[in-house]
Amino acid sequence: MSDLHAMNMRFAQRRDLLRLLGASSLGAAALPLFAQQPKLPRLVTVSGAITEVVYLLGAEGQLVGTDTTSLYPAAARATPKVGYMRQLSAEGLLSLKPDAVIATHESGPAVVLDQVRSAGVKVEIIEADHSWAEVQRKVQAVGRAAAREAQARELQARLDAEWSQVQQRVAASRARKPRVLFVLSHSASPQVSGEKTAAHAVIGFAGGLNALGGFQGYRPMTAEAMASAAPDVILTSTQSIEAHGGVDKFWQRPELALTPAFKRRSLITQDALLLLGFGPRTPASIAELHDKFLAAVA
Amino acid sequence: MSQRFSARAVLGGSALLLAAALVLGAVSGAYAISLPQLWHVLTTLGQGADKSPEHLVFLNIRLPRLVLGVAAGAGLGMAGTLMQGLFRNPLADPGLVGISSGAALAAGVTIILGAWLWPALPRTLGSWTLVLMAFGGGLSVTLLIYGLSRSDGGTRMALMLLAGIAVNALAGAGLGFLSVMATDEQLRSLQFWLLGSLGGARWSAVLLVASAVLLACLAARSLAAPLNAIALGEAQAALLGVDVERVKRRAIVVTAVAVGAVTATTGIIGFIGLIAPHWVRMVAGPDHRVVLPASALLGAALVLAADTVARTAMAPAELPLGVLTAFIGVPVFLWMLRRFKGRI
Repeated sequence: MSDLHAMNMRFAQRRDLLRLLGASSLGAAALPLFAQQPKLPRLVTVSGAITEVVYLLGAEGQLVGTDTTSLYPAAARATPKVGYMRQLSAEGLLSLKPDAVIATHESGPAVVLDQVRSAGVKVEIIEADHSWAEVQRKVQAVGRAAAREAQARELQARLDAEWSQVQQRVAASRARKPRVLFVLSHSASPQVSGEKTAAHAVIGFAGGLNALGGFQGYRPMTAEAMASAAPDVILTSTQSIEAHGGVDKFWQRPELALTPAFKRRSLITQDALLLLGFGPRTPASIAELHDKFLAAVA
Repeated sequence: MSQRFSARAVLGGSALLLAAALVLGAVSGAYAISLPQLWHVLTTLGQGADKSPEHLVFLNIRLPRLVLGVAAGAGLGMAGTLMQGLFRNPLADPGLVGISSGAALAAGVTIILGAWLWPALPRTLGSWTLVLMAFGGGLSVTLLIYGLSRSDGGTRMALMLLAGIAVNALAGAGLGFLSVMATDEQLRSLQFWLLGSLGGARWSAVLLVASAVLLACLAARSLAAPLNAIALGEAQAALLGVDVERVKRRAIVVTAVAVGAVTATTGIIGFIGLIAPHWVRMVAGPDHRVVLPASALLGAALVLAADTVARTAMAPAELPLGVLTAFIGVPVFLWMLRRFKGRI
């Protein structure tokens, strides 16, 4: 008891005192409130898909901040925004007093994440390699950080089952694989995706062939390259279509005029976060894509 | 002439502004640190026992940022004065000799092609990769422009001005070309770099930049008197016994070291190097012995003030610093232009 008393004296900070009381049996007796409701870790998520996992695990009460890509579910839009995922602020993050920050490896600057880590906040970095394992890692990381590992295992099992069902359906398909061109055009100059992109992975999972190969990352869309790529289907985000002012305006782009897709006006759109986010909605997104691919080559 | 202030008043006023900006910056931030807490942190500095969150946030995040802001503003303000004095041109700023554009091009190459050109580099150097590349890029482009402006009689400033503008345009084209190859994420990273930020302030980098700027400022002191002579014309300065060639070389080296170090760590912080010297000259007159130190003090105060707004206006998110140096600096500058229009 005297030890504990001495420690209390040394920990003049109120938060430390409370934590200490909460952890000790003395605290449990003196402050039953803390014993019954252990303080759940406060979370900041940096990536739309990670935020979705938090909501699916019912941990939204622990969510104290999200980044600007966290737009789903709608409630996530109302959380305090820590800015764009590559332009995080150390003091800004710490001002939310999180216990853990969960982000993908694309987040930064690295210096800021180091500073947050050195202030004693757990920083979970998830490798984003556009695979199913990425989704699994996101679920596990949120489960760990939110102290909801049991729920995370349940969610994981449910998602894994959904995913294997979708993958079996895609594998069983006997239809010809459509050549798919992904166009990203949130600004004036449209870009098309080569290998090692989220779009490339998504097209493969849904049973299509990326019409473009031989380069990595994104490239500007040019008329001749699109003609030689000869896509059967154009895949793009709803945001790209909105940026163009509608489907008709989109098809008016001269680069697309010489493609097989143009002749049949074969266009598939999906919300950018749903399509490329690699989160818990990915199995549903892939299933929908697969159906649309089948319809496009039928 | 009647409204012109004495050297002591101008230097004292600038120092007061800087002190005010420092205090304001120290007490404001996204993370709430009350004045008593701040006092506690400051009075228990060397004791090392206290590890409260306020302690960590202030000493490891806010304080290095304040120091970096002072170094960046002082370096840019001082270098801007040197360049305007050397070129005898009110439009000159440190970017003219290619430091910013060279650093920007190198940063663009690192951000967009880095992973493809040297995959091992970021692993060995970490976040220093971008800093070192930008510093190297700034120095190389400055050397190139200096080399291009050499002729039989020495360095010709008119040649340097044009070479600087041309090479800057070339670097701009290089950045444009890079942006075609960039992904959305890379493009945004580059965009943020071009708008500057003190967010990357960690002690190791801050101390390096601060020592580079301090050395540059010390070296610049001996340039004040010769620049006063050069203001009369290079021929007159030579007649007065000034080694004009040596002054040019030193001014360019000092500028390259100070602005190179600052820009490599913070990205491009616009307008400070241009407006701080004008601002001082309007109230103090053209004597470089006053303008040089006062521009450094005022530049530091401006950067600190802008960064304080950048840190707090959208907390917990952050605004790019370059946006705010322009938003805060330019209206005041325009007001002074109108107020003191006779003295440009």
